[in-house]
Amino acid sequence: MISETVKVSGHIIDSLILPKILDEIMDLNGTFEILELSIGKRKTNPSTARLKISASSRPALEMILMRLARLGAVPEAAKEVQLLRAHKDGVFPASFYSTTNLPTFVRFRGRWLPVDRIEMDCGIAVDPTRARAVCVPMVHVRKGAWIVCGHHGIKVVPLERARQKDVFQFMHSAVSSEKPKAQLIASVAQAMRAMKRAQKKILVVAGPAVIHTGGGPSLERLVKAGVVQVLFAGNGLATHDIESAMLGTSLGVYLDRGSLAKDGHDHHMRAINTIRDCGGIRQAVRRRVLRKGVMHACITHRVPFVLSGSIRDDGPLPDVITDTLRAQDEMRRHLHGVGMALMIGSTLHAIATGNLLPATVKTICVDINPAVVTKLADRGTFQGIGIVSDAASFLRELCLALHL
Amino acid sequence: MSNPQSAIRNPQSFLMCPPTYYTIAYEINPWMHIRRPVNQRRAARQWEALHALLTKRLGVRVRRLPPVKGLPDLVFTANAGLVAGRTFIRSNFRYPQRQGEEPVVERYFRTRGFRIATLPRQFNFEGEGDALAVGDTLFYGFRFRSDADAHERLASLLRRRVLPLELADRRFYHLDTCFCPLGGDAVLWYPKAFDRYGRTVIEHYVKEPLAVSESDARKFACNAVVVGHTIILHRGISSSLRRRLAKRGFTVAETDLSEFLKAGGSVKCLVLGLG
Repeated sequence: MISETVKVSGHIIDSLILPKILDEIMDLNGTFEILELSIGKRKTNPSTARLKISASSRPALEMILMRLARLGAVPEAAKEVQLLRAHKDGVFPASFYSTTNLPTFVRFRGRWLPVDRIEMDCGIAVDPTRARAVCVPMVHVRKGAWIVCGHHGIKVVPLERARQKDVFQFMHSAVSSEKPKAQLIASVAQAMRAMKRAQKKILVVAGPAVIHTGGGPSLERLVKAGVVQVLFAGNGLATHDIESAMLGTSLGVYLDRGSLAKDGHDHHMRAINTIRDCGGIRQAVRRRVLRKGVMHACITHRVPFVLSGSIRDDGPLPDVITDTLRAQDEMRRHLHGVGMALMIGSTLHAIATGNLLPATVKTICVDINPAVVTKLADRGTFQGIGIVSDAASFLRELCLALHL
Repeated sequence: MSNPQSAIRNPQSFLMCPPTYYTIAYEINPWMHIRRPVNQRRAARQWEALHALLTKRLGVRVRRLPPVKGLPDLVFTANAGLVAGRTFIRSNFRYPQRQGEEPVVERYFRTRGFRIATLPRQFNFEGEGDALAVGDTLFYGFRFRSDADAHERLASLLRRRVLPLELADRRFYHLDTCFCPLGGDAVLWYPKAFDRYGRTVIEHYVKEPLAVSESDARKFACNAVVVGHTIILHRGISSSLRRRLAKRGFTVAETDLSEFLKAGGSVKCLVLGLG
């Protein structure tokens, strides 16, 4: 049971507002306890009631509170949010509120405003004229913006535990390699179909291990079948995918035979050089230099991708965004409408994406190393499930489960 | 010193605003349709006829609020605020389309020596449109335009009982579209515009509630103004209502306000009691 204390005052007895509030609570399957009731002695004196309202779930309680707010009963603890101006570009006021990735509301002028684009480790800017609250990363704060400070008037809504049995219940147990994978993958496939029905986007974050282990064709199939709507990766995945599409190897190893190619160590450099010569991946596809693979499928099936660079990149490919902040922004831009994130064989990108995701996005982290999955959870992306598996086997199984 | 309570109970002078800029520029209630425009000449004629009826026939003093371009609904002065003695409680309009009226009326009342009282910005309150007195009790409609929690502030400002009533029918978005004090303990009302709690409260506190039919309510029969024993209504009410009003000693004065009905207002919406 979740509860909240509300207060209502005024001429609430004569006008039957109080009986109406009590009826409304019961009609909406809530319960109440009258903590305090003081009745005005004369007819011009106001009466005051304090009620503790309980409901079975957060949405049910929110529904009751919304209805009661219309009747003038407001949560007692609701203090107005404290706003201070940012004194410098890129710097929050010292007492700024640092966000979590959970749905957050701020109390502004008597109303709970939802915070748009919630993301962990950011601040909240409030536009007083439009009464809008939005999550802002530190680098984007501008001098003079009104920033939420302190802890008053901020409500963070914990995630509901699913009532029905669903795949994301697994998140409550520790990550382990000793779990029956077939059922888990079947449940993931089912959750993906549900996302599609709900018209939510599925994001895939993939590391180069997907290509090295031979998972490229399965990922390509998922892209072509429209299962994947956005792809986040780095220079590595794109390079090795292009290398395998052009030369049949990944890091110089033939993917079909498993044997080393002669002078194969420079294959990926040749692949990068060819794409750089074309001007980019899109141009290479257009000139039919690149004819298959994951990146090819993304271009031909109009699946947007963000390739972000790192300090150890070779090349890089012209499509790689080497400015980290710009890459973050580009990733944020594509997160709108994402309902599920599938992170395969990538540590840095999985954590980077996890940091940008609201907790409402279902996250599946697939890695051969259980530590990666644990690390993601420890950094606050606790809304996901971890599957300890080889990337290629997982993707192959997933394609089978999706009948692709 | 004037008594604020009697000022509301029996307003002898009114504030009206000529419909120079009156038009349907937006849709903020179910009656307004941009595609059903106002005939401005006819609206002006109808407004002048009402003005003449009040001033010449009934001898009421009517002050004119200068119209302002871009504020078409300023003509509905009843929503501008609530006058209590020499205090003017200014409205906080719900819709941004009407919020531009707030400084205009505030300036008008301030320059005429009224003390201005405002409610905190988070409370929406639409003046006499939602606050009407019967005896020394103020009935206060909320939900579509005014907020329930504003009633307590209003009660402490006016030092009188304020009974909030939830409106239940979007067509009757202000209390003055479905509830009209007739003086004394009588009220003209449309019961279906309230929920069962509201109906119980009205039936309990009003000695003589006079219910109107839906067809009369749709013709804004409750959006009437009472001056002495004369009740001014939009033309076209049923003969049975006319008979019942006559039986209670009222002279019914009907005037055509069809152009104002297009915006969801009739006689009462066009006048604000000044006391």
